[in-house]
Amino acid sequence: MSLFLVKGAGVAGLAVAYELLRRGEDVDIVDYQDTVGQGASFFAGGMLAPYCEREAAEEVVLTLGLDAADWWDQVVPGAVIRNGTLVVTQPRDITDLTRFASRTTGHVWLDRNEITDLEPSLSGRFEKALFFENEAHLDPRRALTGLAKTIRNLGGLFHLGWGPSPKKNYTAVLDCTGPAAIPHIPGLRGVRGEMLYLETGEVTLSRPVRMLHPRHPIYVVPRDDHRFMVGATMIETEDDGPISARSLMELLNAAYALHPAFGEARVVETGVGIRPAFADNFPRVVETGDGLAIAGMYRHGFLLAPAMAKQAAIRLSNGAALREEMIA
Amino acid sequence: MLKLYETELSSRLLLGTARYPSPAVLSEAVRRSGAGIVTVSLRRETSGGKAGGAFFELIRNLGVRILPNTAGCHSASEAILTAKMAREVFGTNWIKLEVIGHHDSLQPDVFELVEAARILTDEGFSVFPYTTDDLIVAEKLLAAGCRVLMPWCAPIGSAAGPRNPSALTAMRAAFPDIPLIVDAGLGRPSHAATVMELGYDAVLLNTAVANAGDPPAMAEAFAKATDAGRLAYLAGMLEPRDMAVPSTPVIGKAVFS
Repeated sequence: MSLFLVKGAGVAGLAVAYELLRRGEDVDIVDYQDTVGQGASFFAGGMLAPYCEREAAEEVVLTLGLDAADWWDQVVPGAVIRNGTLVVTQPRDITDLTRFASRTTGHVWLDRNEITDLEPSLSGRFEKALFFENEAHLDPRRALTGLAKTIRNLGGLFHLGWGPSPKKNYTAVLDCTGPAAIPHIPGLRGVRGEMLYLETGEVTLSRPVRMLHPRHPIYVVPRDDHRFMVGATMIETEDDGPISARSLMELLNAAYALHPAFGEARVVETGVGIRPAFADNFPRVVETGDGLAIAGMYRHGFLLAPAMAKQAAIRLSNGAALREEMIA
Repeated sequence: MLKLYETELSSRLLLGTARYPSPAVLSEAVRRSGAGIVTVSLRRETSGGKAGGAFFELIRNLGVRILPNTAGCHSASEAILTAKMAREVFGTNWIKLEVIGHHDSLQPDVFELVEAARILTDEGFSVFPYTTDDLIVAEKLLAAGCRVLMPWCAPIGSAAGPRNPSALTAMRAAFPDIPLIVDAGLGRPSHAATVMELGYDAVLLNTAVANAGDPPAMAEAFAKATDAGRLAYLAGMLEPRDMAVPSTPVIGKAVFS
C-alpha cells in the first residue's frame, strides 16, 4: 500500500483520490480553499453529454465519456439525473440544428407535440428539437460534496484551507490544480467561461436544454429550488475578472429567447471560471517531477474526470507496486 | 502575385481564426489551406482589457501574416480603439476594419466605416475595410485612403454564396486596379470559385471552414477552388450561349438553317 498526495480538491482531484482509495491506496488531499470544488468545478454545467459534445470534439470524448453517468451514480448515489438532453434552436437558425444532428449520434427528432410532452414549459415555442435520450446531468456542487464524503468514508484525509502542507513521505504527488497548473505544464492555456444562475418559478425544465445559435449558443441546466444555470461563454483569455456586461447581456438575451419568463427571473449569481486546456482541447495525464498531473479538462470536467482518474490511478498503482517489488 | 499594401502573397485565401473546435484543428486548417494571412478578432478574445495571451501566442506561431480585425465593434470610435490595441498586441499596422451596424444582421455600418477608415489611415494604418458591394461607399473608402476593398457577397456566416453576382461584376469593373477580396458569406468551395472567376483577387473565410465537419479538409477544398477560379479567370472563359455548338464540324448537314 502506498500513500499519495492529491493537490486540488476539484473534480479531477476528487475523482482520482476516489480511484486510488478504491484500489486500496492511501490518499491525502490538499486544497487552499476551505471546501471542496471551489475552482473551475464550481462553475461547471454538470452535463454528462458525450453525444452532444461530439459535435465539436473528437470521437474519444464520446467513448471516454459514455461511462461517466454510471461512474457518478456509483460514487455519489442519487446524484445523477438521467433525463437526456434537449437541443433546440430559433426557427431562423434551423440549419444549425440540422448540422448538429449530422455531427452527432444517439438522438431522435421531436416535433412540436413531442417537445410539449417532454418539457411542457417549452410548449409551442419550437417546431423541432433533437432529443439525446441517453445523456444525463448532475449538480456539480452537490456531486463534489457527496464525493468528498465518499472519500472520507474510504479513509481519504483532507487538508483544506491555507496552512502548512502535510509532511509525509508520499509515493507520488498528483497535480489536479486545474487552471493553477497553467504556468507549470507546457501547452496548457486558459479559456474563460462565464455563467449565471437564474431563479424563477415560472419555468420548469427536467433536463438540460441547449439552444444553438451561430454566435451565442447557450445551455440551461435545471437545478433544485427553481434555479437554472445558464452558460457559458468561451473566451480565449486567462482573465478571471467578473463577467462582462456584453457576456451577461448575451447570456440573458439567449435565455429570454428560450423562454420569455426568464426575463422576469432573478439573477441570483454570476460566475467566471478558467478552463485549463491543451491545444486540442483534450485532457491528458502527464508526468511531472514528483508524480503525475491530470491536466486540460477544458469543458469536460465532469464528463471526462472519471476516465482520466482511472488512467492516472492505474499508472500510479502499477508504478508503486513495481517500485515495491524492486525494493523487495 | 497578389499584392496587398506592398506585401506580395502567393496564396489568395485568407482564413479567420474564430470558432474552430480547438486551436490544434485551427493550426492544421491554416496549414492545409496554404493561407498567407489569418485574421484574428481582438475583441472576442479579450476580457477586461486583457487579451488572450496563450491563444494569440498560438496564432503568432502559425508562421503566417496576421491581420487583426475589429469584429464586434459597433462604432467608429470603438473600432479605432480596437485597431490601436491590435497594433500593440500584434505589432502590425494592418487592420481589417469591421464596423457593425446591427448586432443581429451584422450589416456593416458604412457611414461609421468610412469615418473610421479615414482616421485610421491618417494614423498610419493599412486598412482592409469590410464593406458592402455599394460602389459609392467603395469610392469613399478609397478616398479615405484604403488600398484594398473587402466587399461581402452575403451576410456574415450565412453560407449563402454570391447573392448578387452582377453587383460584384460591376465592382470589379469599377475598380480594376484595386485588390478586391470577398469577405463574407461564402459557404462552399464552388462559391469561392465563382467569385474568383469574376476576377476577384482573393477570398476570406471563417465559418465555412471552422464549422465544417472536417475543417482542415474543407480548408484545402477552398484553397483548391480559389486557385481553380483564379486560373480560370486568367485563362479566359467562354461566355454561355443559347445554342449547342458542335465541337467538330458536322459534315453533310445543312448549316445555318
